[in-house]
Amino acid sequence: MITLNHYLVLSALLFAIGTAGVFLRRNLITVLLSIEIMLNAVNLTFVAAGRQFAAVDGQIIVFFVMTVAAAEAAVGLALIIALFRHRESLNPDAFTSLKW
Amino acid sequence: MALDTVLFYAFAGITVLAALFVVVQRNPVYSVVLLIASFGGLAGLYVLLDAPFTAVTQIIVYAGAIMVLFLFTVMLLNVPREDASEFDRAHPLNRPGARRFGAVLVVLFLIEAVWAVWHVSGRETAALRATDPGSVASVREIGKVLFTDYAFAFEVTSLLILAAMVGAVVLARHRAE
Amino acid sequence: MGPAAPTRPEARRPKPEADKNHLMDPVLIAQIALVVVVFHALLLSAAGMVYWERKIAAWLQQRVGPIYTGPAGLLQPFADVFKLFFKEELRPLAADKFLFYLAPVISAAAAFSAFAVVPFGPPTDFWGLLPREIPLYVADVNVAVLVIFAITSMGIYGIVLAGWSSNSKYSLLGGLRSSAQMISYELSYGLALAGVLVIGNTLSLHDLVEQQGGYWFGVIPRWFIFLQPLGFVVYMIAGIAETNRAPFDFPEAEQELVAGYHTEYSSMSFAMFFLAEYINMVTVSAVATNLFLGGWKGPFLPEWLGFLWFLIKLSALLFFYLWIRWTLPRYRYDQLMTFGWKVLLPLAVLNLLVTAAGVVYFGA
Repeated sequence: MITLNHYLVLSALLFAIGTAGVFLRRNLITVLLSIEIMLNAVNLTFVAAGRQFAAVDGQIIVFFVMTVAAAEAAVGLALIIALFRHRESLNPDAFTSLKW
Repeated sequence: MALDTVLFYAFAGITVLAALFVVVQRNPVYSVVLLIASFGGLAGLYVLLDAPFTAVTQIIVYAGAIMVLFLFTVMLLNVPREDASEFDRAHPLNRPGARRFGAVLVVLFLIEAVWAVWHVSGRETAALRATDPGSVASVREIGKVLFTDYAFAFEVTSLLILAAMVGAVVLARHRAE
Repeated sequence: MGPAAPTRPEARRPKPEADKNHLMDPVLIAQIALVVVVFHALLLSAAGMVYWERKIAAWLQQRVGPIYTGPAGLLQPFADVFKLFFKEELRPLAADKFLFYLAPVISAAAAFSAFAVVPFGPPTDFWGLLPREIPLYVADVNVAVLVIFAITSMGIYGIVLAGWSSNSKYSLLGGLRSSAQMISYELSYGLALAGVLVIGNTLSLHDLVEQQGGYWFGVIPRWFIFLQPLGFVVYMIAGIAETNRAPFDFPEAEQELVAGYHTEYSSMSFAMFFLAEYINMVTVSAVATNLFLGGWKGPFLPEWLGFLWFLIKLSALLFFYLWIRWTLPRYRYDQLMTFGWKVLLPLAVLNLLVTAAGVVYFGA
């Protein structure tokens, strides 16, 4: 019997994995990927909760979250390309000082 | 073992394992491909939750468009594999105090996770409320609510996408030196 | 849950069936047989396309084409397959092993799966052999159009991963260009579909075909192509670009990029890419037939022979595909992208707006 709690635990697990990725990885692309994992965990919670309360709003919010994630991924990747051109490195530690 | 249960664990397993390997993997192209697999697992979970439109949108938007964007960037920048030894040496969190503190936090987290799961599985939980097939999930329903209650958010989202497009083009442009 | 699960209520079954062994349920067997038949029909259609491509190219170029292998060259595709089968399977040493072999699998799998939701005939009970009717497609999904769109987007990965994992300049360039082309034309593809959806008011391909039965004035069939001529043109052009066929096949052009993303592939991997390309063509044409040309509806034949009409219309569209390939010169890559974004996309949006205005105004 699959209950709402199963989905919530799964979502929490995914979110934790994503957060760990953001903190621990030293590669900007992987950090962005981990952020996408976190956003998907949240999407899962929304859809599961929407099903639980028999409301379609869960899926609509997911629709908006996906759109925002797309926009954020596009701009994030453009930023990464611009940064890479300056420093030839994708390690966030290479960008810690304010001066170029 | 009902089919629903088996499918849930199968899709959940794919999603979590793929996400775990995304974070642990060194090769960025493999990370992107694994994340696509993870999104596929999530789409399966959405279908189990009676949300076929969300599942299909997940594949079209996330797995089909955003990840292609990531893949392009990774391939064009020729992103290098992370070097494991350099990782250990240069990581800002790799200090002795931080390691011990981190280990304590991990143990606390695991204890809390086990407690949470044990605590909720004993109690009488409502199964996901049975819905008429297609009533909550039908695309018609979603469209109706989206364009009436959420119409303003919809329009603002289109502006957001426009801003993102312009921003991406401007940021990634070659400056005429 | 799976494609074989019955979706109609149990009460419609006649009572004598109730004590039959569930595994020998004739409907289940029929559905499994349907999956097998569709799979083999797709394979045969790819083989047929290989043959017709060579023959039609020959006729358009005023020569004869294959005539030696079998009567009138009909065994040519099988000869090609045998040749490919016995070739050596090469892999560049520096190529990424896992992704190199995964890429053609992704392409072929996406191509086959997309056809699973395309109906090719009216619901039939096989002349009384079955207790009730089954629809003639593999999966009963009521968001069929979106599923096709989704699976087509996944097919892009086969190409881009093939280009990257071959670890060769030409492959990488070809792969990137090809996938950029595919995602650009996907927008126009989707918008052309959206025009039909606005008129048809449903996402299920089966219901869309059902709405195209009947005639206006007793003569003109109620196909959507007459309501959406611009949509049909945009769809076919976007479909040709999506399947990387001429005149949009720059990424695999021999003169430009050796062979683009499949330069380093040989033997069965190469065969899988070509299989995927032909089956994608078949799927795009099948969806166009269902959406714009009335699917299995046609005069003179009884309803249960509808799949013959489907095959006739499908063959007409595939002939159109082949005809265009050997007639038009190839687009240069920047011309291709300019055309996709600056011409086709505004046309598709305009089509959608006019369609939506028409539906609101005429109220049907």
